[in-house]
Amino acid sequence: MEEPKEFQNYTINFGPQHPAAHGVLRLLLELDGEVVERADPHIGLLHRGTEKLLEHKTYLQGVPYFDRLDYMSMMSEEHTWVLAVEKLLGIEAPPRAQYIRVIYAELTRILNHLLFLGAHGLDVGAMTMFIYTFREREVVFDLYEEVCGARMHAAYFRPGGVGKDFPEGHAEKIRAFIDDFPSKIDEYEVLLTNNRIWKQRLVDVGVVSEAQALDWGFVGPMLRGSGVAFDLRKAEPYDAYAKIDFDIPVGKNGDSYDRYLVRVEELRQSCRIIQQCLEQMEPGPVKHENFKLSVPKQEDQENKMESLILHFKHFSQGFEVPEGEVYLATESPKGEFGVYIVSKGGSKPYRVKIRPAGYNHLQAAKEMLPGLMLTDVTTIIGSIDIVFGEIDR
Amino acid sequence: MSEILQTILPIIHTFGEDLFGTLLWPLVWTVAKVVMLLAPVLFIVTYITLAERKIIGAMQVRPGPNRAGIFGVLLPLADALKLITKETIIPKHADLPVFFLAPTLTLAPALVVWAVVPFSPELVLADINIGLLFILAISSLGAYGVLMAGWASNSRYAFLGSMRSASQMISYEVSMGFTLIPVVMLTGSLNLVDVVEAQSDVWNIVPLLPLFVIYFISVVAETNRAPFDLPEAEAELVAGFITEYSAMSSGVFFMGEYANIVMVSFLGALMFLGGWLPPIGLLSFIPGLVWLGIKAGFLMFVFLWLRATFPRYRYDQLMRLGWKVFLPVSLFWIFLTGLMIHLFKA
Repeated sequence: MEEPKEFQNYTINFGPQHPAAHGVLRLLLELDGEVVERADPHIGLLHRGTEKLLEHKTYLQGVPYFDRLDYMSMMSEEHTWVLAVEKLLGIEAPPRAQYIRVIYAELTRILNHLLFLGAHGLDVGAMTMFIYTFREREVVFDLYEEVCGARMHAAYFRPGGVGKDFPEGHAEKIRAFIDDFPSKIDEYEVLLTNNRIWKQRLVDVGVVSEAQALDWGFVGPMLRGSGVAFDLRKAEPYDAYAKIDFDIPVGKNGDSYDRYLVRVEELRQSCRIIQQCLEQMEPGPVKHENFKLSVPKQEDQENKMESLILHFKHFSQGFEVPEGEVYLATESPKGEFGVYIVSKGGSKPYRVKIRPAGYNHLQAAKEMLPGLMLTDVTTIIGSIDIVFGEIDR
Repeated sequence: MSEILQTILPIIHTFGEDLFGTLLWPLVWTVAKVVMLLAPVLFIVTYITLAERKIIGAMQVRPGPNRAGIFGVLLPLADALKLITKETIIPKHADLPVFFLAPTLTLAPALVVWAVVPFSPELVLADINIGLLFILAISSLGAYGVLMAGWASNSRYAFLGSMRSASQMISYEVSMGFTLIPVVMLTGSLNLVDVVEAQSDVWNIVPLLPLFVIYFISVVAETNRAPFDLPEAEAELVAGFITEYSAMSSGVFFMGEYANIVMVSFLGALMFLGGWLPPIGLLSFIPGLVWLGIKAGFLMFVFLWLRATFPRYRYDQLMRLGWKVFLPVSLFWIFLTGLMIHLFKA
């Protein structure tokens, strides 16, 4: 009789070409039947050398690169960059620009969390969620388009303010969306929150304790899902956040279900923030008044020699930034998104380092996945809400 | 209906015997009957794909397919044309004979069972007295096709999918079979015509409502439909056992799946919802075939409705539901039905 061969575990390649692997995630999974024994996330398939490219671009030209990092929360990433450049310059945007930036940062948070909800739903099998959330994303994209011309990669925030003021009637459109949106969130919750299957799939899956979350460097909703009420918007308020009242939702158990609830509540809080911004906003300039740093007014360009020169220099040579280094982080939809800039003077940064939020979350997948079933892998991937643009940079 | 049949049938028979001779005519007549039965079935199977996209589209606030013909009515034809003309890609290490036998083995049982499904007391191809047993026996063959597909494709996703599917189909066959036993006990016959006729006073769904619910959930699981579509859970297994199939070979799998849906919907309508019987005597002017269509159509609609609403179960949760919840409950109902029959007879 033949000797029985030793049983071997099954290794499968989960991605990068896989319907549920977000972006180009490649996970090597060692399976014992349906149970994951070992998970090995691979990164780097979307590396575009953003940090190096930024060294060769002026500070203004750097803005669009940030749209393309986490391409699901575009303006939030720009926000970090422009705030960091402003800090290097030692300037502050005018109040109206600050409110506009907060409004759009929050609209972007809604965009990102809507994608999270849809994709997470799809991963777990609730495909209708995807269509529902994309219906609302479409509305926000229309707002994007109206305010800056682009639907996704906006390049709307600028060091010292924003590109343009709201067009006529834009604030009313945002208000109409915000008034209507909570009812849409209720709609999503009817489909998912108390759904038995949804709960069976999410509750106690991928539990991360408070200590683990801190050890692994979790940020944003992942950290708050584990019960740590930390939010950079409250801890180190930037722009207009200091004047705005909102709550930080936290989870109890640190499982996927809590993270889902936290994100849904953040959608509601974002509505609250935008509502307050619209109320507090007053007419005024939306760009820094030092025209060596921002684009001079159109009529000045036509009438004044100096303004025309400044306009030309702004877009060709760029503005001078004093020597120094700065680290600045904002609360992007996925968590703390930071940028570290070293400037040696001149109009281009000497070195830029980006601290993405998803990087830390992905490394935890290796610890979270073993022992779970193959089906839970998709739950976890959906739950940690990763986008490879920012992880690979 | 029956009067018309009785007048027309002898004419057809004499004509056929003249044409083909007495020896050949029974064979030709059988083939003709099979075609007459399968043509509408395949028509429903093709159009349920369109209905699925349209209904789910409406639930998801989008129009659904509307390019091919008005309201997309030509879409199934376009799909078929596309699938037939596409290249069939065969994996390098596939086990060829098994690879191509598998889709056939999935579709064939789904079509064979129609032989005993009655559409009215007279309209049945083979009125055999073990009709229900025949259905259960043949439909469980479908698991082999799935298992073979997963094995022959020589792909890990397909293999995992087929393992899941086979265990799921077997588990839920059990609970589905057990939910049908009380119906048989009430009727005292395995013949489907008798089962329906026995419901002329009260439909089986009234005394056996929990069983009907279990039956329906079990057949959803048995046909691998959402929320129990783990074998082809695209989120983790790409397309499960169909992953390596392309063109018409994958189309045949889908036809088998939809044929099964139609079949279990008709079976549910016959076993629990009174088949072709109208809900109240007053409505008996509407032909029985229409009633059967409405009832089965409603069950098919629920299939699609579930798909648009629910997330997917996890493998272990599905097994737990089947073995630890449905099996004990249906066994208990068998016992209860037996007790009731005994008490009422005494």
